[in-house]
Amino acid sequence: MKQIVVISGKGGTGKTVLTASFAALAKNKIMVDCDVDAADLHLLLQPEIKERYDFRSGKTAWIDRDLCQECGQCIDVCRFDAIRDDFTVDPISCEGCTICSYICPEAAIKLEENLSGEWFISDTKYGPFVHAKLGIAEENSGKLVSKVKEAAKEIAEKENLDYVIIDGPPGIGCPVIASLASIDLALIVTEPTLSGIHDMERVAEVSKHFKIPTKVVINKFDINPGNSEDIKKICQEEDIEVMAQLPFSQKVTESIVQGVPLIEFCKDRIAEDISLLWERIK
Amino acid sequence: MIISVASGKGGTGKTTVAVNLALSLNNIQFLDCDVEEPNAHLFLKPDIKDRRIATVPIPDVDESKCNYCGKCRDICAYNAIVVISPDDVVKGGSVLIFTNLCHACGGCSLLCPQFAIREVNKEIGLIEAGNCGDIEFVHGRLNIGEIMSPPLIRQVKEYIDSNRTVIIDAPPGTSCPVIASIKGSDFCILVTEPTPFGLNDLILAVEVVKKLSIPFGIILNRADIGDDGVDLYCKENNIPILMRIPFDREIAQLYSAGIPLIKEKKEYINKFNGLFELIKNQRVIS
Repeated sequence: MKQIVVISGKGGTGKTVLTASFAALAKNKIMVDCDVDAADLHLLLQPEIKERYDFRSGKTAWIDRDLCQECGQCIDVCRFDAIRDDFTVDPISCEGCTICSYICPEAAIKLEENLSGEWFISDTKYGPFVHAKLGIAEENSGKLVSKVKEAAKEIAEKENLDYVIIDGPPGIGCPVIASLASIDLALIVTEPTLSGIHDMERVAEVSKHFKIPTKVVINKFDINPGNSEDIKKICQEEDIEVMAQLPFSQKVTESIVQGVPLIEFCKDRIAEDISLLWERIK
Repeated sequence: MIISVASGKGGTGKTTVAVNLALSLNNIQFLDCDVEEPNAHLFLKPDIKDRRIATVPIPDVDESKCNYCGKCRDICAYNAIVVISPDDVVKGGSVLIFTNLCHACGGCSLLCPQFAIREVNKEIGLIEAGNCGDIEFVHGRLNIGEIMSPPLIRQVKEYIDSNRTVIIDAPPGTSCPVIASIKGSDFCILVTEPTPFGLNDLILAVEVVKKLSIPFGIILNRADIGDDGVDLYCKENNIPILMRIPFDREIAQLYSAGIPLIKEKKEYINKFNGLFELIKNQRVIS
């Protein structure tokens, strides 16, 4: 079984469009959406949810005003400024460290477990799909990423699947690092803009830091061919293979509007290039 | 006044809007809070005058005082501490700190019965401050391999100068880094594009700003591609669309080269000034 994650550093470079096309091209696979705080892959895979699970993670403090003597020790120890002057808790700022509950002389502070989101195992016409929805303004997206990845890996092992194809989150922080754990290939999708290059270099450093085999795809390479050449040079210096250069195509937006993977929407050059890319990856 | 620019979906044009709005107005302070992937400096090319290492306090155990009681492990809500009993024949007594999991709450050092834990600073990133013409510029750069960006974002925001109009470029998404960035803003611009992806992530972003009670409005970028889903959603929910930027290959090319839009397309200076007036009025309404 091979686990492949599509990441980018910068958002909006084409991770989800590429992942959905791989979903349509690959055989014997499972898909995972690890961009749990702004998940979009379901809009192209059109899943039918089969199993639904609560994601409980972390705690939030709650002050029993009948017991509280307003001594203020909780406010003093809280480093997240989560306790207001009127001795109520700002649940958005509270990081659930629980220290206030230990320090309160009146034992007036309780902790409640957060319902931080939901995750799903679904069927799609392309195969099984594990995805999630992080609650609004919730934390612990990294833990939810690990959760959906684990669930997908279990299914893949049980059903003897060949590929776990993962749509990753943008950035380089907690959810990205969780996405990269025990991955066989990190495919970075970049674009020939200064932002795209800058962000590719940073996320490539992260995958290198965790010793994950890493390759690059340049999307919309013809928007700025000079920058595309620079990307190739940087990748050569860093010993990272550039696997494909995909052209800008208005068909991408059209396929998103239709809610189907690009590869099934058109037979243009970009679709051919993505097919060839998948042949090389597998 | 603090105006933050956020989006839900990445790559919709947050930095374009934030940078060009900043360049169109006077008396601006610009904070790039996308500390995982900061990009605004590529356009503003600030003259950096001050560099500061950003740190968080993490525990350091003095094992000559520690009696391996395990209290620190028990109270750590993030499972960042492992205590190995002195009876363990292989490893003996020791305390392991997983610094990447630590939220720097200070609980273990506060509650250790032996006073064996002190806090030491761990580097998490870099804060750079300077200026770009009249614009005061600050951004943070999270270190590679570092998990938690909110502490660095909060440290960037400590630079906020309330005598200026503050523009905050936020990271994409809807979770803790976004909250840390936009919290305390007087207004939040949500930048999106008219596609099902843009709409899906806009709806999530709207829920976030509503939860934080921040007045907000939409900028529709590449407004003439895609479908009318975002328009219909905004109409149904009475959300103002403050500005529309059409898809234009020239804009895309300027962006790719790190050239702010208003440098080449001067008509946008007026548009961004109009946007600022709208925001000031929206704020009065909400």
